[in-house]
Amino acid sequence: MAITFILNGKSKTLPDVSPDMPLLWVLRDVLDMTGTKFGCGMALCGACTVHINGAATRSCITPISSVSGKHVTTIEGLSADGSHPVQKAWIEEDVPQCGYCQSGQIMSAVALLEKKPHPSDADIDEAMSGNICRCGTYQRIRKAIHRAAGAKA
Amino acid sequence: MATHLSPEPQTLDRRTFLKTGAAGGAALLIGFHLPAHASSDPAQAQEKPPVNPLNAWVRITPDNRVTLILAKSEMGQGIMTALPMILAEELYLDWDKVTVEQAPTNPKIYDLGTGGSGSVAGSWLPLRQAGAAAREMLIAAAAKKWEVGADTCKAQKGYVVHGHPERSYSYGELVADAALLPIPNFKDVPLKNSRDFTLLGHDTHRVDAAEKAKGTAKFGIDSRPAGLLYAVVARCPVFYGKVASFDATKAKAVPGVRDVFQIETSGRGASTTGGVAVLAENSWAAIQGRKALEVKWDEGAAAKESSEELRNHFVANAAAKPGSVIRNEGDADAALAASAGKVEAVYELPFAAHVCMEPMNCTVHILPDRAEAWVPTQAPQWAQGVIAEAAKLPPEKVTVHTTLMGGGFGRRYQADFVMEAAQISKRVDKPVMVLWTREDDMHHDFYRPASYHKCQGIVDAEGNLAAWKHFQTSTSIAAKWSPKGEEDNGQGEFGTGATVPYKSPNIRIEYTLAHSSAPRAWWRSVEHSSAGFVVESFVDELAAAAGQDALAFRLKLIGDSRKIPQFGGEPDSLPLDTARLKGVLRLAAERAAWDKPLPDGEGRGIAGFYSFHSYVAAVAEVSVKPRDLKIKRLVCAVDCGRVVNPNGVRAQVESAAIYALTATLKDPITVEGGRVVQSNFNDYHMIRMNEAPSIEVYLVDSEERPTGIGEPTVPVIAPALCNAIFNATRTWKRDVRIRRLPIRAEDFA
Repeated sequence: MAITFILNGKSKTLPDVSPDMPLLWVLRDVLDMTGTKFGCGMALCGACTVHINGAATRSCITPISSVSGKHVTTIEGLSADGSHPVQKAWIEEDVPQCGYCQSGQIMSAVALLEKKPHPSDADIDEAMSGNICRCGTYQRIRKAIHRAAGAKA
Repeated sequence: MATHLSPEPQTLDRRTFLKTGAAGGAALLIGFHLPAHASSDPAQAQEKPPVNPLNAWVRITPDNRVTLILAKSEMGQGIMTALPMILAEELYLDWDKVTVEQAPTNPKIYDLGTGGSGSVAGSWLPLRQAGAAAREMLIAAAAKKWEVGADTCKAQKGYVVHGHPERSYSYGELVADAALLPIPNFKDVPLKNSRDFTLLGHDTHRVDAAEKAKGTAKFGIDSRPAGLLYAVVARCPVFYGKVASFDATKAKAVPGVRDVFQIETSGRGASTTGGVAVLAENSWAAIQGRKALEVKWDEGAAAKESSEELRNHFVANAAAKPGSVIRNEGDADAALAASAGKVEAVYELPFAAHVCMEPMNCTVHILPDRAEAWVPTQAPQWAQGVIAEAAKLPPEKVTVHTTLMGGGFGRRYQADFVMEAAQISKRVDKPVMVLWTREDDMHHDFYRPASYHKCQGIVDAEGNLAAWKHFQTSTSIAAKWSPKGEEDNGQGEFGTGATVPYKSPNIRIEYTLAHSSAPRAWWRSVEHSSAGFVVESFVDELAAAAGQDALAFRLKLIGDSRKIPQFGGEPDSLPLDTARLKGVLRLAAERAAWDKPLPDGEGRGIAGFYSFHSYVAAVAEVSVKPRDLKIKRLVCAVDCGRVVNPNGVRAQVESAAIYALTATLKDPITVEGGRVVQSNFNDYHMIRMNEAPSIEVYLVDSEERPTGIGEPTVPVIAPALCNAIFNATRTWKRDVRIRRLPIRAEDFA
């Protein structure tokens, strides 16, 4: 079936896509937008996090049919050059190690800061505990979120 | 060092394995331009054919753009930053202007194997020499142009400068001439005085942070060569079971599925016997196709195995006749028999999975006369050999692009996923990515061995260690990799576990192999993860039994400053320097305010351990209530010799601590019916943000040569934490001594 949605601000029509294919695989394999990552396929790790109408959402369990007409933002849509305050904070704090989970971490952090511009540690725990980092960069993620919050103030 | 062509290497311990590369059946591996492990002997460097550093290690364009070559794999450990820093320092480069490029798989020049926390340790001197040689060639070229002595010229931020008023040439203006000059003898090339270092030892940002924050970094799973097809493989869930038969009708009916066929993988590097591949236009179709596939398995003998049976096996081994003697000094058995005050404890560790965030994957395109592959691998040369063998091509016709890795931890030193990709690819005329799902990754890992340890010791009236006995039975890595499944008499399983830093006249170490079909291999810090827990828990028990402070007791038993040869180590293994071990114990204790009293229900625990030639101590501070544990502080002190990038070292300590906490606090890998029970993050949990304690890292200022940092924090975390729990519960009716990992809530109910 054909599906139209707004991807990173631009209308996107997929003329022939399986309606139950998760958004993750549409992004990665159909559109070759590989910034969004596959980690678990069960919404357990957060590596595939994107925004749908502004809300952090696990794209690995989101059928493409459900995003019809909606706004989808991926890591590629945050900024073309890494200039989003959260991305800048991530670079400043040297958050990434292997970096594989970081697209999802950043998308969760951006959603948090849009809702709560000055999150407490408890807010960070709540918003970020759905995202696993096997390299254990949590301490730096926390610092980077506080840094980004400061920059936005 | 000579070139090794080793189709069937003998029993390999990890060290040898990392040095020689692994055996895939194909002729392999190969010369080492850089020693893979910690030693970096200049004499060895001299035996290598001369390599022009202005091509092999640094490339400069006429417009003065500088590219530094990275010959190790980046899996998060920061090697893409640390190794180029070494080159840049000797080359007097403007760090902000260099770019880094991954080396090709050319074993004549590069030793690409990445593991054993050995990259900085092994590359430190050779890279300094390569950078210095390139710099001297650039200076010589400028001196020739100016017709002045080279000793009157100097390198400065990408230029060679001379005289007053100063004149200069950029490296870009010199490189064409410089590259044709004689290559200096690496052994004699002048190295920069460490006092003049401007990069080394200074906090430096990661070179890959920006692309990782932008989502543009390309991992193996992001490879997208034109015409790419995707495959998943149905594998027997039982270890090394086989396909009996399969019906592909329903799988082939799934939209997007192109083909379904059986593949076989074999040899010692295989994690399975192969399986049934489902080839499709995208990952989702391949996964759906596999769900629809009907396979009958011949599960084989392993189907009877379970964790419960394995534990019974461990217990029986411990109760039976003595194990084979690994180390024996004095007469520990007699001393133990003669004493009434014997302390005895049994420690148990389960299988553990690596769980890289990027599941295993490999992309291969086999053409009639060549092959190309995109592999997230710690062992590019092994991958090259595996593909060459499958494609029946000489290895040099196989181009392996070493991609970024979404975690490695030792898992990606394997080539099982490469074998699968090669077997599938040779039947398809397009590039194919083999994609593992999370479940595949957890069910078909090479696990950290499960082990069982019985320790006995005596502290005499003077507070000295009168006897130390450690019996271990485990599933063994060496037995998995040796041709006939035998143990190499325990040395691989012990390493540092038998290099006891605590002085005793009577030391006895015994080992008995336990059988399991579960694949085992190197998991972050390998045998040290078990040895650290056992040795540092048991010495704590001895301290408590003797009524001694855990830190003071350790310092007393370590005794005077001396160098203890690494038990079972190779001739070039660095000895354990007790002064440095005491140094990190004291530093961690001081920073954690070890002597400051804590309220009831709270406690600190300490552990210190030597591995990968580095010294790490940790102090954990916890608060414990029935069924509730809170880690309030985790303080780590590290002596890894001279530090290249302090920022990177701290990151590795933070990372290893969280990795170890997951193994200490979360789930074991268990086996039922010959298969791994855990399958995803819902039953094999990870430490998450809300549970991650703050980690403080203190580095010892040292001019010793650099040693490992990716792994050596892992061994101290579990014992520091368990010892802290003990101290926090000393006022309880029954204190809590954790002897079986992972910690369970019922342990302190």
